Order: sequence, then structure tokens, then C-alpha cells
Amino acid sequence: MDVNEIIKPENLVYRKPTLLNDNTMHYCPGCSHGVVHKLVAEIIEEMGMMENTIAVSPVGCAVFAYNYVDVDWIQAAHGRAPAVATAAKRLNPHKLVFTYQGDGDLAAIGTAETVHACNRGENITIIFINNGIYGMTGGQMAPTTLEGMVTVTCPYGRKPELNGYPLHIGELLAKLKGTCYVTRQSVHTAAAIRKCKKAIMQGFENSMNKKGTSVIEIVSTCNTGWKMSPDKANVWMTENMFAEYPMGDLKNE
Amino acid sequence: MSEEVKLMKGNEAIAHAAIRSGADGYFGYPITPQSEVMETLMAEKPWETTGMVVLQAESELAAINMVYGGACCGKAVMTSSSSPGISLKQEGISYCAGAELPCLILNVMRGGPGLGTIQPSQADYYQTCKGGGHGDYRLIVLAPASVQEMADFVNLGFDLAFKYHNPAMILSDGVIGQMMEKVVLPPFRERRTEEQIRKQEPWAAQGRTPDRPRNVITSLEMDPVVMEQRNLKLQAKYAEIEANEVRYEAINCEGADYLMVAFGSMARICQKAIDLAKEEGIKLGLLRPITLWPFPTKAIAENAKGKKGVLVAEINAGQMIDDVKLAVNCSLPVEHFGRLGGIVPSPEEVVAAIKEKLM
Amino acid sequence: MAKIKGAITVNAERCKGCNLCVVACPSDVLALQPQKVNQKGYNYAYMANPDNCIGCASCGIVCPDGCIEVYKVKL
Repeated sequence: MDVNEIIKPENLVYRKPTLLNDNTMHYCPGCSHGVVHKLVAEIIEEMGMMENTIAVSPVGCAVFAYNYVDVDWIQAAHGRAPAVATAAKRLNPHKLVFTYQGDGDLAAIGTAETVHACNRGENITIIFINNGIYGMTGGQMAPTTLEGMVTVTCPYGRKPELNGYPLHIGELLAKLKGTCYVTRQSVHTAAAIRKCKKAIMQGFENSMNKKGTSVIEIVSTCNTGWKMSPDKANVWMTENMFAEYPMGDLKNE
Repeated sequence: MSEEVKLMKGNEAIAHAAIRSGADGYFGYPITPQSEVMETLMAEKPWETTGMVVLQAESELAAINMVYGGACCGKAVMTSSSSPGISLKQEGISYCAGAELPCLILNVMRGGPGLGTIQPSQADYYQTCKGGGHGDYRLIVLAPASVQEMADFVNLGFDLAFKYHNPAMILSDGVIGQMMEKVVLPPFRERRTEEQIRKQEPWAAQGRTPDRPRNVITSLEMDPVVMEQRNLKLQAKYAEIEANEVRYEAINCEGADYLMVAFGSMARICQKAIDLAKEEGIKLGLLRPITLWPFPTKAIAENAKGKKGVLVAEINAGQMIDDVKLAVNCSLPVEHFGRLGGIVPSPEEVVAAIKEKLM
Repeated sequence: MAKIKGAITVNAERCKGCNLCVVACPSDVLALQPQKVNQKGYNYAYMANPDNCIGCASCGIVCPDGCIEVYKVKL
């Protein structure tokens, strides 16, 4: 059967969601952000929430998330997205409010805002991209950087006596009474992506059902920062990142 | 309905006026000498009446970013703090200015630098009018001199903030915040509905409807050509505000030999100094800037004409005096009088300063 | 038993040649263009072995740039 006979609208089984617009993403080839953006767009589309979604973008690579997902966005100051989202949600309680943050934004400069928004049980979802490095500024050490991992600000590898330990912010947030759902996912295979989609969807549903704060940590690659090819970065992630940050639910109430 | 006169602190008046102004939210963090604002709001429970949200944040940083978040949704939101807390809020204030967000910020000034003192001061004039956060931006700055003005400037501040899509600050001090005076609270204004906000603030992040592109609230722009245009648009707006919104009060200026320029609580002290000086045969006038930005430059120049000298009285080491000197352009002597460390000067000290420095 | 046949299209100009779809494909359908590049200079993905495609959409799902559309028919 000829390929052109198969490629017909009635046979379409997969395409990017309409809410992910046609702007070319500024992300590096193979960056996990693109996949997560696609999931977010897909879920908002499937939930029919476009008209009632307020998304909050961070400072970091995902600062420009607002260029790609066609919903209303607030771009927050570095680390302050959970505070921004707190007000957006409290002032618009029937809307879907979520933040999209990296590990530098959420687990370093924004630790206080993150912990307190979660502790208050704000009815928001926090999508947390953990790739163990600062991408936007050029590959510096993050709180989540693995022990021994080389970055431009720990060029001889992260040493605990010098730099402390990889911060398990997911575990920390799971301890708080305000969170209802804390899960650690990844997007390196089609199966993982399907699971991650379910997790984000559950987070969004929790937010709409006023169950408290949902945190979807997505262990991701930064192949440019890690200085590897995208496919090698996926392998390195499963072998090293997953050992430090195991997959699965940390809390689901 | 006859006016209801109440006796309350300036900080309490702010809280009551906020509820009555139809504010959608207040986000704050306790700090002396302004904590009564949030305490009063919490006691009044406006979320049960007008639906106003009141939240105690974990820090001043969080509070101003909550204001940013609320303002991005087109809501009327405010925060309050005192000098060290306002320093912490500067990042968020710069973001609000950069993203052209209407919001209201109250600073009940105390002495600094550093943790300084909890006693009154006016030492944040530079911070408020000359910068504060990073970037080329301006705040609309209102300086109340009475508890009544504390109450009145909430509506005025919100109205100007929404008219120009710009943060407005009420620059008060520990004297006005803490002192009790009679006040007539403003009448209630309805909070806006979602439909009204969508219609009146079409730029706001309220959820994208199919008839429009997504709204993105940001101060970020990577293209320098576009960013320059954004900056020029801000500057054009500031020029418009300077042309339209200067407010001041001229007291006894005609026929006076000496002009005093003072704002806030210091202006009240100078008013008393006018009476004291009169007994000694010294004719003093007072120009009280109500808007510190835009600054009443022309009014000061006009009222300084024919005077023997100008005394700029401030509860600081000399900050507003720079703007007064620019206003009169070296045409007559301009001297500063102030006390520091949280000391509030007496009217007698003001008269003594006139005699010592200008006569 | 019904046989399933699939096919994909790649938005070649959007593709950044990251190779993740090539790795994700269970049927060895995809490859990066060995010579041809798009406007941005990337060797973009294409169906090197179109007959193998089963329309599973793994390539589309893992594509970070949303370049791939997947089609499927039951024969």
C-alpha cells in the first residue's frame, strides 16, 4: 500500500495539539520542555479549559513557554511563580492555575514561595522540570545537580562538602499537609510520556476539585548542559538521575 | 445619608478604605509600624462581605508577587509594608512597572538604613521617587498628610493606577500610620465582575477566549528594537502623567516672605510653624506636594518667586531638596531642615531653622 | 488477522534532527537525512523504511517539537 494512500485526514491518529501553536520553539534539539509543553497543551485542550486557564511561566529556559501554548500566561519573576499563582487562583477560584518551573527557579531561588504555597495547600498545580542544571544561563550547578556531576560552576564535579547535596524537593513537598499529590515522572519514552500525561491531568483535576497543591516533578534531560546527544542524555538520565530521583508517586491522597 | 465620622489610626483607615474601594485582594507581611492594615482587614473579614481576598504571605517578596499575580488578572490588588519590607518588594515593583500593571502599594516609612528603627521617617523619598527597583520606571506617588487622606488616597491610588496601568504608591510615614484622627470613610464601590474585567481590561490574563490571541503578561522582550519601543511607550506615559496628575496644596504662600516645602506629616508640623512664626512677625508659606511623583515643579517655582528663601523640611537628611533646587533653578537660597533616627521635629525647631538658615 | 499499516509526515522545517523519534521507533522506520538539511541546517527525520511503519505514534509522542503526524489504516 502506498504511503500517500495512508496519509489522509481520516487516517490521522496523532498530531500535535492545536493549543501548541506553530511558533518554532527556542529549545535545543531534543529538549524535554517541548514534550511537556505538548502534554500541557493536549490536556488543556482535552479538558476544554482554554477559556479558564491562567498559566504562570518561570525564569529559566521555560520563560518563553508563553510563546507556544496558546492560553493566557503570566510571566513571573525568578522563583516567584507559586506566589503569583497563589493570587491568580485565590482571585479566580474557578479557573485552572498552574506554574511551570525549572529546578533553579523552584528549588533554589523560589524555595520559600514553593514550600509556602504547598503548605497553604493552594489549589494550583506545579509542573517542575528537574534536569539537575541551569539551562538558560549556560549550565551552572543547580540544587538538584547530582554528586560528582560536572557543571560550569562545579567543573570538578559537585562535592557535598563544598556544594551540599542534591535537593530532594519532591520528597520535602510530599511531607507538607497542603499537598495532595506529589509524583515524579519522566518523558523519555512514549510509555513514560503517557504516564506523565495522566499525572499532569490528575494534578489539574485536583486543582479544580480544590484538593490542595499538586506537584508533578518531571525528571528531564538538558542535553546541551549535560554536553551529550539527546538520545545519550536519555540513557544517562535513566542510569544516573533515576537512581537519585526514583520514579513514582511520592504522595497521592 | 449623612456622613459618618469615625476616629481611627491611619493604618486602620487604609484597611477600611480598601474594603470600600472594591479592592479584590490584599497581600501583606507584618512589619511595624503598619501591621494594623492587615490586622484590621483580617478582623473585618471582607471575604464574607465584598469577597475581597486577604492573605498573609510568607514574606514581602511573596506578597508583592501575589500583587503582581492578581494585577495580571486585571484585579484591583494592594499590599502594604514599611521601609525594610518595601526594599524587599522592589523587584516585584519593577516587574509591575515593566509589565504596566495597575496596583496599589502603601509604604508607612520608618527610619533606616538597614533595620533602622520602628520610629517615623521620610527617608524613602529617593527610593520611591528616584528608582527603587531596576530599570527606567516611575511610580505614581501620593503623600498623605492626614488620616483622612490615607482613606481618600486608596480610591485615588487605584483610580490613577488603572487609568495609567501603572503601580501607585501611597508614601506615608509612621506618624500618619499610627496617629488617630477623625475620618469620613469613602462610600462603598462594587467589586468588578469577571465580565466587567474582561471588558474593561482586555489585556488581562483571565483565560483566553476563542475570539482573541493569548494574553501574555511579561516585562521581558529579547529584541532591543521592540524593547526600546516599550521603554519609549513607558516614557510617553510618564510624560502624560506629569502633564495631568500633579497635585499639591499651597498654604499661606501669597504674601509670605519665606516658602517651606514639606510633605506628609512634616507638612502638618510646618503648618503649625506658620502660626508660631506669625506671632514673631515672620510670614511663612507652605507648599505641600501631594503627588511626590509627578513632582509639583512648576508650582514650587511660581510660589518661590519673590520669596527670600526656601526651607525644605523633611524627616530625613535631605532628599526632596534636590527636586526643589531643580524647581527654583538656583534663583534663591534653598536650605534643608530635618531630623533623623526616628525623631519627629517640632514646629519650634522649624521656625528656628528658618531664622538660622535663611534670615 | 487484520494487518495494520502506518505512515508519518515530518514537518521538515520544524524538525531539529534530535534523533529521539529514530530511537523511539520500534520498527526501525525512521532515520535522519544523511545529506539533506532544512533551512536551519538540521538533518531532519524521514521515513527511511516506510513499509515497516505500524502507526504506533511513538515517534510523534516523543517528538519535542511536535513535527510528526501519524496515520494508520487497518487492511
